[in-house]
Amino acid sequence: MSNAAQAGTGIGLRGAARIAVYAPTYGALAALVLLLVVNSVFTPNFFDLNNFRNILLQVAPTVLVATGMTLVISTGGIDLSVGSVMAIASAVAATSLDAGALPAVLLALGAATLVGAFNGALISGFRIQPIIVTLAMLISGRGVAQVLSNGGQLVPFSNASFEYLGQGVVAGVPTQVLVMALAVGLAIFAMRATAFGRYVVAVGGNEAAARLAGIRVHRAKITVYALSGLLAGLAGLIETARLGASDAQKVGLNIELDAIAATVVGGTPLTGGRATVVGTLVGALIMQVITTGFVMNGISYAWSLVIKAAIIIIAVYIQRPKVA
Amino acid sequence: MNDEPLLRMEGIRKVFSGVVALDGVDFRLERGEVHALVGENGAGKSTLIKIMTGAYRRDGGRVLLEGREVNFRSPEEAQGEGVVAVYQEVNLLAFRTVAENIFLGREPRRLGFIDWGRMNAAAGAILDRLGLDIDPRAPLGSLNIALRQMVAIARGVSSGAKVVVLDEPTSSLTEHEVSILYDVIRRLKAEGVGVVYISHRFDELYTVCDRVTILRDGRFVAARPLAGLEKIDLVCLMLGKQRDELQRGGATAFGERQGAGTEGATPLLRAENLTRGRRLDHVTVEAGRGEIVGMAGLLGSGRTETARAIFGADPVEEGRVLLEGKPLAVNSPNDAIDAGLAFLTEDRKAEGIIPELSVRENLTLAALPEMSRFGVVSRARQDEVVERFMKRLGIKASSADQKIRELSGGNQQKVLLARWLCKNPRFLILDEPTRGIDVGAKGEIQSLINEQAASGLGVLMISSELEELVEGCCRVVVMRDGRCAAELRGADISQENIIHAMAEGSAGEVMSDE
Repeated sequence: MSNAAQAGTGIGLRGAARIAVYAPTYGALAALVLLLVVNSVFTPNFFDLNNFRNILLQVAPTVLVATGMTLVISTGGIDLSVGSVMAIASAVAATSLDAGALPAVLLALGAATLVGAFNGALISGFRIQPIIVTLAMLISGRGVAQVLSNGGQLVPFSNASFEYLGQGVVAGVPTQVLVMALAVGLAIFAMRATAFGRYVVAVGGNEAAARLAGIRVHRAKITVYALSGLLAGLAGLIETARLGASDAQKVGLNIELDAIAATVVGGTPLTGGRATVVGTLVGALIMQVITTGFVMNGISYAWSLVIKAAIIIIAVYIQRPKVA
Repeated sequence: MNDEPLLRMEGIRKVFSGVVALDGVDFRLERGEVHALVGENGAGKSTLIKIMTGAYRRDGGRVLLEGREVNFRSPEEAQGEGVVAVYQEVNLLAFRTVAENIFLGREPRRLGFIDWGRMNAAAGAILDRLGLDIDPRAPLGSLNIALRQMVAIARGVSSGAKVVVLDEPTSSLTEHEVSILYDVIRRLKAEGVGVVYISHRFDELYTVCDRVTILRDGRFVAARPLAGLEKIDLVCLMLGKQRDELQRGGATAFGERQGAGTEGATPLLRAENLTRGRRLDHVTVEAGRGEIVGMAGLLGSGRTETARAIFGADPVEEGRVLLEGKPLAVNSPNDAIDAGLAFLTEDRKAEGIIPELSVRENLTLAALPEMSRFGVVSRARQDEVVERFMKRLGIKASSADQKIRELSGGNQQKVLLARWLCKNPRFLILDEPTRGIDVGAKGEIQSLINEQAASGLGVLMISSELEELVEGCCRVVVMRDGRCAAELRGADISQENIIHAMAEGSAGEVMSDE
């Protein structure tokens, strides 16, 4: 600051470095703004409060799951089991609602967290690849959920306080949007301000160095997968409350793919070592705005899938590591 | 024709993105010769081997096999011509039989189907020829590592190998298994096969090799018959030292040697009988407050292994670490750090920096618990520490926000050193603290180490730079083949004595304490 010569080169470098760090997020944000502008021109009634409300309602479960996914991916791992964990949480809650809404919610979230921690323990303790462990959990988890709900039957329920989670409104804002905002806010705080957040990206960036710097690598990994389970469980409860029934066969089906896509488009590299929760939120919104825009224009949903795929490829291409 | 060697490499040059890895290297292998290839880190051994066996293309020079110029474009092509490498990690298929592995890719066929009878018989014959009692029908996975390695050699021989390269073949073998390997090598030799043998263990070289080629910093240094070459001369050649020029001073920034004023007192840190396979064999080192204890030894002598064992990074089979006379329960680096130990690793890139994180986060990585309350890091305390240490160590970065991977090696090393110093450790383990950094930063780091010791820290400093050890340390432990070969102190610490101990395990009339 006092050193003029250093400051001279410093500002240039610092500016460049800052752009390099945030470029993916900015890129995704720019894409989102572009999508909103295009839609506001071509899509009738796009700029309507109700429409935005719907977009946020629909995107909330994906954002919750994708936030957990972002933490996992930043350690260099992946969690394919999130959809099945949603189903487990859904089945546990629906079958235990007789005991009251709060116990059912706590039980369901506990189960989801435990499943995540179990993933983490297998990955970290036994050095099995994350993709294998969570793939196994993707397969078996939905089986467990179906067993819990009498062989995969729809489990209807009627519990007003539980349904509030997916249908309620607080001060004009839907409950699930509030839950989403809270989770994203906490995740941003955790990654930016806590020691845990730094340990997560350090483990993803260089595991051997992190261990030698005294970081408890096992603990960090297990925590990250447990959080991913917890957030997936929360998403499962919201979906269940919205439907007013638990459908173990359908809840969270294929959501892992949406979550990974949102994370990648948002700028968190699959190789780990970096995490941008804001980027993931933006990534999920991009996907949702495309879907909504297509639906409102009466274009086949199938086409929106193709566009999404193209966006994923472009996003990863832009963010590919530069060869030094 | 007859005086043409089996394999001749002339003026081999290899450049990796602008960095010269090999520069005009010559290598000559005779029929029926076992030829050792030695050199320290970065000497270019593995690059030369890879060019020899087709894994790399050379950028200059000639390779002649039996007088005929060859130009291998792939390991398969080299194998077809009879040049085969057997690597440390054996690349074979554990679920297939021994015979299948030996003939993988060239199975004898009849009517398009594998002729199992013929393949098993042929494999059996090859194994017999090498004096190996292995059932060709056994799945490879049922054999131990040593026998798998023999199968890999058999695979090479079966394709009519003329040149067999063994890269650190004994690193995972027991004494008995090593003798099986020697047997196989002798049989290959008797058949006129040329063997290139790479090992860090001098005993092995002198037992099994006829001649040695020495490389240093990508250059050819010498090729000599091993018989009649004194070990100390071999070490001098490897390190690039003249035997009669080992008494220089003032090459480092250490200044006056630290006085060993703690004789008899309980040492600050004592590691006793650390043992781990053949890598560490009852290693004992100790250092007092204010002492810099040096650790010398060639590559693979057990220096880094000792440091990692003390720090809890690798488990030990035997031995313990005492801090101020009290045994430490160290099962992980985290435990060691809690006890006040710090470890600056040799390989900055692989085990030091978190490349994508900033200087600030890298510097404070180990100190976050002290800077946090309820897990939330105090940015103010972080900034205060970072600013203080960046100033004190003269770390040159555009700002604390700059990614550490963008810094020069010397500045990265300073950040890593600061990572430990900001925790006020009691004992500092430094593994090659000045390797690969520019002269200026080197001097700064050396004086910093000196300063730390003067303020009461205990330091264990591993170094390949003899000047650094001689001028900086009050005691030097010399490692050799996983053991403490000697402990030099006071006036006995000289480059000559260190080299002697590296080579022979003793330093003339000077010996370790008891």
